[in-house]
Amino acid sequence: MIGMRRVAVIGVGFTKVGEHWNSSLRDLYAQAVLRAVSDADLELRDIQAMFIGNMSSGYLQAQEHLGSLLATHLGIQGIAAVKIEAACGSGGAAFHQAVLAVASGYYDFVIAGGIEKMTDVRTEYLTSALIMADDQEFVASTGVTFPGLNALIYRLYMEKYNVRQEDIAQFPVHEHFYAQFVEHAQYRYPITLEQVLESTIVADPIRLLECSPISDGAAAVVLCPLDIAMKRRKEGIVEVIGSALSTDAISLNEREDPTTFIATVKAAKRAYRMAKIEPRDVDVVEVHDAYSILGIINLEDLGFAEKGKGVRLVKEGEIARDGRIPTNLSGGLKARGHPVGATGIYQVAEIVKQLRGDFGKNQVDDAEIGLAQSIGGVGGTVIVNILKRIR
Amino acid sequence: MSIPSPPRAWREQKYRYRLVGVKCTRCGLTYYPPVVVCTKCKSTELTTIELPRKGVLLSYTIIHYPPVEFKEYAPYAVGLIKLEDGTEVIAQLTDIDFNELRPGIKVEAVFRCLKTQGEEGIIEYGMKFRRALEE
Repeated sequence: MIGMRRVAVIGVGFTKVGEHWNSSLRDLYAQAVLRAVSDADLELRDIQAMFIGNMSSGYLQAQEHLGSLLATHLGIQGIAAVKIEAACGSGGAAFHQAVLAVASGYYDFVIAGGIEKMTDVRTEYLTSALIMADDQEFVASTGVTFPGLNALIYRLYMEKYNVRQEDIAQFPVHEHFYAQFVEHAQYRYPITLEQVLESTIVADPIRLLECSPISDGAAAVVLCPLDIAMKRRKEGIVEVIGSALSTDAISLNEREDPTTFIATVKAAKRAYRMAKIEPRDVDVVEVHDAYSILGIINLEDLGFAEKGKGVRLVKEGEIARDGRIPTNLSGGLKARGHPVGATGIYQVAEIVKQLRGDFGKNQVDDAEIGLAQSIGGVGGTVIVNILKRIR
Repeated sequence: MSIPSPPRAWREQKYRYRLVGVKCTRCGLTYYPPVVVCTKCKSTELTTIELPRKGVLLSYTIIHYPPVEFKEYAPYAVGLIKLEDGTEVIAQLTDIDFNELRPGIKVEAVFRCLKTQGEEGIIEYGMKFRRALEE
């Protein structure tokens, strides 16, 4: 990136993911920002710009214009603030924009935040909101749901690679195990494979315990130029060494092979090249497993396994804390929870904490490089961010 | 749920009431839904075509928890279908026993009611797919 400044993350903050009946969208968001700014050892008045990842405030809260609304609530109106929307990838996209804003030299202190308040409406309304991630005129009009689209992929994948549901369904079991030790996770208890396979069918063949839940949550990170970060902090400095966003045809029927997310492959390739690393150099990963099948597909598309062999990483313990490629030790979308527009920021914040050596019982030994992948829709947008601990 | 909209329903009739796609006049690739630029050869010369009404089921799901505007129809099946010319569409499957669902079965487009736009809204019609008679 010739002419670009090196970018660091100097503060992270988030709320517990869950059902925040008593908190409004603005209050939840403000909590996360205040924690991130305090963690960065800054004052709110230092912040110059804010990118807010959110998917559905217009539909779920009848509230748009989050940039101005949330800047006002935080008492920092006057700054540049805008909502960034890329469906469930909104958080990852907001982070990407914040990286560009600092790297370009335009702003020094920038917040990338994310917020989704999903429990304000009944499930069937939420189901309508989430399918807006796909083509409303040609796909949503069929009555298909978001889990339904992933179910179409699931069945294609099982057939193409001769993989069984029992193997794919191990992914949420892995995540729930680790979520026990994650304070901010929505579901802090283990589940068994039998429980997953016996849970209600949501969209055949996808079972309830293979789906990310309905969650409220807000997360924020503070970015600044690396040289400023080095002056302000002695330790715990994390650099953004790769950040890429890629799009693909929005709907599955327009793709050659729906079992590979080309946008993941492309974004990962660009981010790896920018970071000058290979997949094998990554020490800790957060992938966007909205459904169990995506956990598997993502591991493959990010280059950690050959196509059709992602389940082996799970079965052989390779994605465990002490495995070759520790993945979703936060509990992932399934167990940490998936407040859609905030999820991409949670992932980055969790990776930062891993690289600082501050991830509690799920800390990966000596983690130096971490990767976060955020997906919008069924792979219509994918953002890959790579972070590195600076010593 | 999209807001009830007569103009929208009216505008969408032309591609709801038959299967309409576009074909690139330069490289021959077909698209559903219609696009304005060919992804492959970047030509802007695309002509509207009626797509074949028969195809093969590639993948399917059964929706048990529908969006609010489809609540009264659940459970129902949705499929990814490869039409005879290779174009793929996602569509609701109708008049079919769920036990008959499997990749590879032949399906054909039929005209059906899709949904109603709320209590006071208009009724939307369009294409669903049913099992075709095996030849």
